[in-house]
Amino acid sequence: MTDTDRPAGSLDPKLLEILVCPITKGPLEYDAARQELISRAAKLAYPIRDGIPIMLPEEARKLD
Amino acid sequence: MSESPGIFDRSLLRARRRRARALGAETFLLDHVAGDLAERLSVVKRHFALAADIGSPGRSVQDKIRVQHLADHIVAISDDAGVSAVVIADEEALPLADGSLDLAVSALALHHVNDLPGALVQIRRALKPDGLFLAALLGGETLMELRQAFTQAEAEIEGGVSPHVAPFADLRDLGALLQRAGFALPVADVDRLTVRYENVFALMRDLRRMGATNSLIARRRSPLRRATLLRMTEVYAQRFSDPDGRVRATFEVVWLSGWAPHESQQQPLKPGSARTRLADALRTAELPAGEKAGG
Repeated sequence: MTDTDRPAGSLDPKLLEILVCPITKGPLEYDAARQELISRAAKLAYPIRDGIPIMLPEEARKLD
Repeated sequence: MSESPGIFDRSLLRARRRRARALGAETFLLDHVAGDLAERLSVVKRHFALAADIGSPGRSVQDKIRVQHLADHIVAISDDAGVSAVVIADEEALPLADGSLDLAVSALALHHVNDLPGALVQIRRALKPDGLFLAALLGGETLMELRQAFTQAEAEIEGGVSPHVAPFADLRDLGALLQRAGFALPVADVDRLTVRYENVFALMRDLRRMGATNSLIARRRSPLRRATLLRMTEVYAQRFSDPDGRVRATFEVVWLSGWAPHESQQQPLKPGSARTRLADALRTAELPAGEKAGG
């Protein structure tokens, strides 16, 4: 996004509206404490590093 | 996606781009394309709220869109953290909700995806109805001189050939792909650039700095023989140099554009809905079928 004034490391709320799981194209839950985007359907938690969501399945944490 | 047949080694491609940045990236082609892209967008009489830059290397494209206010927001999606992406993702598995974008742009990226039809369908679905897709990718004539010089040299010296230059798609195929991916009003056109270099090594140095050296899965894994390389440069200089000794390299940029379908767009008329007779338009007399004119 163009906003440069948001605090470093936090996720742009506008992004949350449009991001989906790249595998299932299903919804994501934002875990602000762990800085993860969770896809229940794919059982994956995608990490957010420095405010940048890493939407690569191979980088995601597997959920049981 | 990993299950599609592989042509490009995408992790090698990322490594090539990292190396290019470390060497000092050469961005003349990207800058040229980014300028063109901004120009093409500026004539579209439309306000774009949310745009995505899909896979363009470097910052040129997103910067142009920001500076010229071509969209209110731009999300840069790339699998390469070095381009100051906003989202890291694979162009072949886009993490975008259906109908979320007003505009999708991509410069010099889509010729490196393994599943281009799949990527185009995903982009079309990510667009809102009446959203615009505009992309530039390298086409089939790109580096054809280098391809031919390598083929001839390798055949002469080693008695066999291996792919050194990627199999870029040609214009007609790309136009058809746009249509198949469900884009309305699809347009494909070509911009051909000839770049002149002092010699072949200068060209190859540029390609390295563009992160554009061979990332084919079928590339040869053994080091290139010195004799083959030298013969290649000879062939190149013989066949593709200008009188002043400089060598030519072709870059074919294929532009693709299409709109996510919307009812406000031009539609074909229903058969039988014509209000004017063809015969009137042609200023001729209409004859019943089966009779030949002037018979």
